[in-house]
Amino acid sequence: MDAHEQLSVLDTSCLQKFVDTLAVNGQYPLKAAGVDVLQMNICRKCNLFCKHCHVEAGPHRTEMMSKSLLEKCLDILRNNAISTIDITGGAPEINPYLEWFLDNASQLKRRLIVRSNLTLLLEDSYRHFIDSYVRNNVEIVTSLPHYKAEGTDKQRGKCAFATIIEVIKKLNARGYGKENSGLVLNLVHNPTGFYLPGSQPALAREYKSRLLKDHGVYFNDLFCITNMPVGRYLEHLQKTDSLSDYMTELVNAFNSAAAENVMCKNTLSVSYDGQLYDCDFNQMLELPTETNAHLDDFDIGTLSHRRIVLANHCYGCTAGSGSSCQGSTEKSEK
Amino acid sequence: MHYYEKKDLADFPNIGEWTSEEAQKFFDYYTKATGDGKLSEREKTLIALAVAATQNCPYCIDAYTNKCLSLGVDKEEMMEVFHVGAAMMAGITLAHSTQMRKIVKKKEL
Repeated sequence: MDAHEQLSVLDTSCLQKFVDTLAVNGQYPLKAAGVDVLQMNICRKCNLFCKHCHVEAGPHRTEMMSKSLLEKCLDILRNNAISTIDITGGAPEINPYLEWFLDNASQLKRRLIVRSNLTLLLEDSYRHFIDSYVRNNVEIVTSLPHYKAEGTDKQRGKCAFATIIEVIKKLNARGYGKENSGLVLNLVHNPTGFYLPGSQPALAREYKSRLLKDHGVYFNDLFCITNMPVGRYLEHLQKTDSLSDYMTELVNAFNSAAAENVMCKNTLSVSYDGQLYDCDFNQMLELPTETNAHLDDFDIGTLSHRRIVLANHCYGCTAGSGSSCQGSTEKSEK
Repeated sequence: MHYYEKKDLADFPNIGEWTSEEAQKFFDYYTKATGDGKLSEREKTLIALAVAATQNCPYCIDAYTNKCLSLGVDKEEMMEVFHVGAAMMAGITLAHSTQMRKIVKKKEL
């Protein structure tokens, strides 16, 4: 399904449009309140083919951010007080300039995050990234949908769980996930079916005790992320005739407190070609920022106060305890 | 039209339609009783699923199966919950045979 079709399906699957729900709650229009996070989607190619992937990443994709655009990002970061650099994909390690970028970005002394699926890091041509991550004090975020192999493998592919655990053991040995080591390893939980994630603290406790007891591995925090009805997950919802139920669940779980803290208010998403979006989901739905901004005309003054572009998939970020790339957004959750 | 319809579960928050004060007190109690306490929210959710099963409540089974999934409970664990419920119901039934046996014994010559 192309972006236009996805938006059309989302438009007809909800009884109440997201913008109307925000308006009823006095929260429309939604406006940015700065740019604290630059989230860079540096390639859509991935060694995995996950069922929930909104990027629809996989080995067949070719989109890749060029070195010149990565340099452009560095310039922008150098000249603007953006506190967090958040690198995602696809599998970011597949971009041939990632290591070079990290060596340069770490000199800016910002919070530097790489969202890695970890599974590449056992391969000879990628294992050096562990050294790169340690050297540049990179915060690693990895998706582990369930603390058992069955749920994770169903979603991410055969043997994904065992491979991820093996890499986490290597990262733990380097200090990742260890209190006060300065090396942060955070895991992401997302539901392995058509339901919303539960309480983040409760799931974090379960993950910590199970992973330690069953596999001897540890990590810092768990982020719960609601599966967005975008990309491959949207297709699965449709194929299984679950879209209407899922959207109804999202709509019924709308939480105005979570809407106050949505990540698009302080995040800017960059695609492989330099186009700017309010979030990675809007990027995949080809909904650019209000002013159709590009890295070439980056103006933090305008972008910091932009009006966020909304559609019905946004219900995914405002349901229950809220959802963002940093997990639940409801302040009381922590 | 069935007596039980899935969409009716969404009506549960509206049970206070004509008695809002009582309903609010109930929901406050419900939230407190089923949330994290000395027992974790996860443990309480498993207990709630067992009660839902034994009381044959389709709304509660729907709600608490979803909540179990949300909290990472896997299907084998949920099936064990149903066996606990089944065993308890069987045990409760059989324990009541005491009443029957006592009466029978009293009536016997």
